[in-house]
Amino acid sequence: MPKDARGVLSEIKKGYISKRLKEGLRGDQRKLSEFRTIRIEPNFIPRAQGSAFVHLGKTKVLVGIKVESGEPFPDTPNQGVLTTNVEMLPMAFPTFEPGPPNEDSIEIARVVDRGIRESKMIDLEKLCIEPGKKVMIVFVDIDVLDYDGNLIDACTMGVVTALHTASYKVDESSPETKLPVRSMPVSVTMVKIGDELVCDPDLEEEQMSDTRLTVTFTEDGHVRAMQKGGVGYLSMDQVKKGIDMSEEAGNKIREYIKQVI
Amino acid sequence: MGTPSDKKLINENGVRLDGRGDEEIRPIRITTNVLERADGSAFMEWGGNKIMVAVYGPREAYPKHTQDIEKSVIKARYNMAAFSVDERKRPGPDRRSTEISKVISEALSAAVLVEQFPRTQIDVFIEVIQADAGTRIASLTAASVALASAGIPMRDMVVGCSAGKVEDRIVLDLSKDEDNFGQADLPMAVLSKSKKVVLVQMDGDLSKEEFGKATGMVLQATDRIAEIQRKALSEKYNIENLSESNTGGE
Repeated sequence: MPKDARGVLSEIKKGYISKRLKEGLRGDQRKLSEFRTIRIEPNFIPRAQGSAFVHLGKTKVLVGIKVESGEPFPDTPNQGVLTTNVEMLPMAFPTFEPGPPNEDSIEIARVVDRGIRESKMIDLEKLCIEPGKKVMIVFVDIDVLDYDGNLIDACTMGVVTALHTASYKVDESSPETKLPVRSMPVSVTMVKIGDELVCDPDLEEEQMSDTRLTVTFTEDGHVRAMQKGGVGYLSMDQVKKGIDMSEEAGNKIREYIKQVI
Repeated sequence: MGTPSDKKLINENGVRLDGRGDEEIRPIRITTNVLERADGSAFMEWGGNKIMVAVYGPREAYPKHTQDIEKSVIKARYNMAAFSVDERKRPGPDRRSTEISKVISEALSAAVLVEQFPRTQIDVFIEVIQADAGTRIASLTAASVALASAGIPMRDMVVGCSAGKVEDRIVLDLSKDEDNFGQADLPMAVLSKSKKVVLVQMDGDLSKEEFGKATGMVLQATDRIAEIQRKALSEKYNIENLSESNTGGE
């Protein structure tokens, strides 16, 4: 959770959430591995080459994709470029401040980017126009509009949806091409409360927890990216349990994304 | 992970390029109290990695809004020297080092008894002088020694190692080529006695079985590395066997 969102949660609320967890339920009646209601609106911004408006419970993020030509990195002359940026807008939370990305938004962007990149979701070699000189650059920009927990998963599902619906033109005269995508990664983030891991934490659950774990799976059942966050720790058993929970919960999200694209 | 490549990482005899076995880690050397001004310091050599760590504090947290009225805030700053990599690195923080600084700070916070020093910060300055794969784990392992050498109370030492997948084999402590051209990288750090996981990241492609094997190998390696940490500290105090006299931990 972003540092500047670490509010004070009332003792009575903490007590209630802990008590419900002992009964195997969450404060809002969800099961431990259950996500909040997900609604994704693809192609929300027609002017972008791909886009998605994600509602994850009350968390809202907007993903926009721009594909422009540019120079490749010197060490990968035959590949297009993927860049990911997250803007935590001041409108999203009372204490978010304008300015350059802080470490929290950099971490979110890098974890989301890692999941997409390591899943080999975009066939970057197909985005090479002229080796060493001209490739297509995929700019993934994410605006956080409303923050109620679990930005990493909201952003990842938005990016995956937007990439799957994106198409681009090399220049004005050339035909429109679909962005070459070939897999569907899904990230699942959990936080530890007491000794339990809960999926898709809302703001209050994030405020109660000091340990976060994100696992990104592809549809072949392979782990592609992981990140532990927060100042707490996890036992090895909890890490493995987290991986199992992530696979199970992620499969449901993947089914949903397939419906909307 | 780097780009797919034809580079062979395991030779025709089934041995890794640098001749190591699958579960063999590169040589590690840690020296403590190498800096005069710092409250604690450590110099770590791990394979070709050369990393200097300095600890200052606990001291009043500044700027003031970063203070925590209940505990000390650990501020690790991971920085790569311009000359530490093949192609000159532009000096100053970038997105990668910002993320690494964050996960290292968090991992150390799980070990230090931060609740003993409210409103303070503990600065951990990490300078990667030469990079040779696995710098975040080497930095964290060295930082833990530097904190201990500064006399900062900790519930346990933090010790880490990376595992990865190279030509479909799970191996320990990836070398630079294995990191660049391998199939997966899994850096992990634990509290050395309780084996609680305080840092875990992964990128690449691992099945669940491979993940289990990799973490098992890392856990075993951390025992060996923890022994090197203890030796480094016991040399400083001239104690015959620090592991015997150390009763800390949970």
